[in-house]
Amino acid sequence: MYAYDEFDRAFLAERVDEFRDQVVRRLSGALTEDEFKPLRLMNGVYLQLHAYMLRIAIPYGTLNADQLRRMAHVARTYDRGYGHFTTRQNIQFNWIKLEELPEAMAALAEVGVHGIQTSGNCIRNVTTDQWSGATPEECDDPRIWAEILRQYSTLHPEFTYLPRKFKIAITAAAHDRAATKVHDVGLRLHRNAQGELGFEVLVGGGLGRTPFVGKSIRPFLPVRDLLSYIEAIMRVYNQYGRRDNIYKARIKILVHEIGAEAFAKAVEAEWEAIRGGALHLTDEMIAEIRGRFIYPAFQALEDDPAELVEALKDARFATWYRNSVHKHKVPGHSIVTISLKPVGAPPGDATADQMDVVADLADDYGFGEIRVGHEQNLCLPNIAQKDLPELWRRLDAAGLATPNVNLVNDIIACPGLDYCALANARAIPVAQEIAKRFSDLDRARGIGRLHINISGCINACGHHHVGHIGILGVEKNGQEFYQITLGGRADEHAQLGTLLGPAVSYEQVPGLIEDVVDTYMELRAGPHELFIDTVARLGVEPFKERVYAAH
Amino acid sequence: MAAPQQQKLKVNGPVAVTANRLTDGAVVWRTSGEGWSVDLAEAAIVTTADDAIALLAAAQKRDLDAVGAYVAPVVIEADGSVKPGNLRERIRVAGPTFELPH
Amino acid sequence: MPLIENGKIIEDRFVRVGDDEALPEGAAVLIGVDRFLREAETLKGRQAPVGVIWPNDRPIAEIAPYLDRLSLIALVFPIFRDGRAYSQARLLRERLGWRGPLRATGNVLRDQFLLMERSGFDQIEAVKGADADAFDEAVHRYTVFYQPATDERPSLLRQRLGRTVRGV
Repeated sequence: MYAYDEFDRAFLAERVDEFRDQVVRRLSGALTEDEFKPLRLMNGVYLQLHAYMLRIAIPYGTLNADQLRRMAHVARTYDRGYGHFTTRQNIQFNWIKLEELPEAMAALAEVGVHGIQTSGNCIRNVTTDQWSGATPEECDDPRIWAEILRQYSTLHPEFTYLPRKFKIAITAAAHDRAATKVHDVGLRLHRNAQGELGFEVLVGGGLGRTPFVGKSIRPFLPVRDLLSYIEAIMRVYNQYGRRDNIYKARIKILVHEIGAEAFAKAVEAEWEAIRGGALHLTDEMIAEIRGRFIYPAFQALEDDPAELVEALKDARFATWYRNSVHKHKVPGHSIVTISLKPVGAPPGDATADQMDVVADLADDYGFGEIRVGHEQNLCLPNIAQKDLPELWRRLDAAGLATPNVNLVNDIIACPGLDYCALANARAIPVAQEIAKRFSDLDRARGIGRLHINISGCINACGHHHVGHIGILGVEKNGQEFYQITLGGRADEHAQLGTLLGPAVSYEQVPGLIEDVVDTYMELRAGPHELFIDTVARLGVEPFKERVYAAH
Repeated sequence: MAAPQQQKLKVNGPVAVTANRLTDGAVVWRTSGEGWSVDLAEAAIVTTADDAIALLAAAQKRDLDAVGAYVAPVVIEADGSVKPGNLRERIRVAGPTFELPH
Repeated sequence: MPLIENGKIIEDRFVRVGDDEALPEGAAVLIGVDRFLREAETLKGRQAPVGVIWPNDRPIAEIAPYLDRLSLIALVFPIFRDGRAYSQARLLRERLGWRGPLRATGNVLRDQFLLMERSGFDQIEAVKGADADAFDEAVHRYTVFYQPATDERPSLLRQRLGRTVRGV
């Protein structure tokens, strides 16, 4: 956990005061809606179909138990008793009143939580691997660098009114759980041949209307140069990014139009002028931030303790264990994913009671730490293996032990037309209906790893382009239609899905997805060939033939 | 699709002007009394583009009560009651189409 | 529109002159960039101060050859959401070494005053009178700044470091 100090607390209190004053000025008429909108957005406040929505950042996906409990409190007191975890390590409350927002924000600020820069044309909440600090795969804890970027980007005077929003993601593991290749800037932390830490820098990735996989503009950036290099990128983008057309304002369009090489050249030229300046990170500065991350005092434990071995004789526990428990870097410990995708429920939603249960479990078994991943699931990153059976019993009692992580009904979905003012079509009920088709979890396990991603409009909050199966809602003559893509992926081999065929109606989607999956089951080379690999081997044609012949 | 606020105005049937209330975001409808109501039954209904433009312009004059005003289709039932005219507006009136977490 | 300099509302001694209007004799003038570049040679000999309005879509580096004959640079925010002039301001101060008055003009609102000040603007032409009156409050709302910028405020990284070094 990163421990906030008095500076951070003072800043958050000042921010809440500023927003309180802005709300007063808005309600009095001193601020017009046009003037107020960017200010509220930069505090995470949207106006959606039914009400205001508050989006709260979970910086680099890390929460402590008290923070999660406070979110449960906000859900109960100011909202309708639940929250929605998003694909960007945020949580959203859907039914909040403008008049009560400053109060809710003050309650959150007391535990170091806020909605700053979760919207608006600024540098957004920096995201990373939800297994940071716990997985044996990484070369360093990427949250150190995410925190340095969080501080750097918070209320940045030069980069608060960019051409468009700006999203940075960091991975420090070979297996990319942070989707770094589809961000405005993706940072891959690794060590060079000399053993020094640095970043590969990718720019111009992103989904939305014009999806691109990011381009590498620097294979190795020493970590001490992180801020000066990011500032150079931001300065080039702020000056030359398009502002004439909102749909062409993201950095990916600039990179695409002038070419990655020319863009890199402009960045390097700017960087040369500032790299030795105030943004140069000294060892002391890095150590200062690193020192504020407090790691659990792990006990010396053996892997596979007797409690675990005994519990694995229970088939239900064993199924959950194989699905939701992952290898930890410390012997005798595990990383546990908590599925927020019980079959038939809105993906990523958690009730206030469930938040409290998870907070208690984190306190009782997991050093008080909770993580949120872009797949809209939660994670307890530091669980002693001997505690797994008891943890599972308590999760199960709260409806939080659905063993479907990474399976066909672990669906990513944006809020869609049921909540969102931008959406064209619903996403959540589509996800619910598909999940129900595969409610037999033995069948789902037989299918294996398969990510279905659903967006209710072209803005792609559901990351449909990078779903193994992607579903995009569109509107035609007042009716909901859905385009299906196959073969997308968000990991280190990121690629955009290929369109399967003509869009189909709302009612047809679940059946069509079932046909796609059945086709895979028939065509796969064997149980070990994953869906994504079968699509890579055969292309979408065989799927198209089978699926559209049936409809 | 652009949000309804950004669309060109086409009127092929009864329409009303809708927005969200400034203080809490609640869905409201423009009334013939130049105010706002949370009840669609109290909405001013017009059927021509000129009337819709006039109703919208009046609604946009002041952004302190309701914000984001736009013209939305409605349906008039056989019994004279007014219903929202498309899925988006039905959801705005009735809430999400699935059971909310509880 | 009230003009604020270093926290105080001041009289604007520069007269804005259009591209086709005659320059008033002996008065400090603020002119558009096209006219400034077109008449650069003749303006050299002018005895009274000249300021330029530099648009936000023209690279600020191009102003470098003219800096020593300028008495004011005005940068433009066509709408407050267009933030290009923040970068221009920082480059003027930090790269090109401009020490003269730097004015924020256009759709300049209270909630951006602090960002402008931190980016190197020392003159702010506020759209609303009430905003100008609230200048002091607007730029002193925060006591904590996370990143170094053009102003002298210490960034949090360095404040923290200072504390570590002092062992407090």
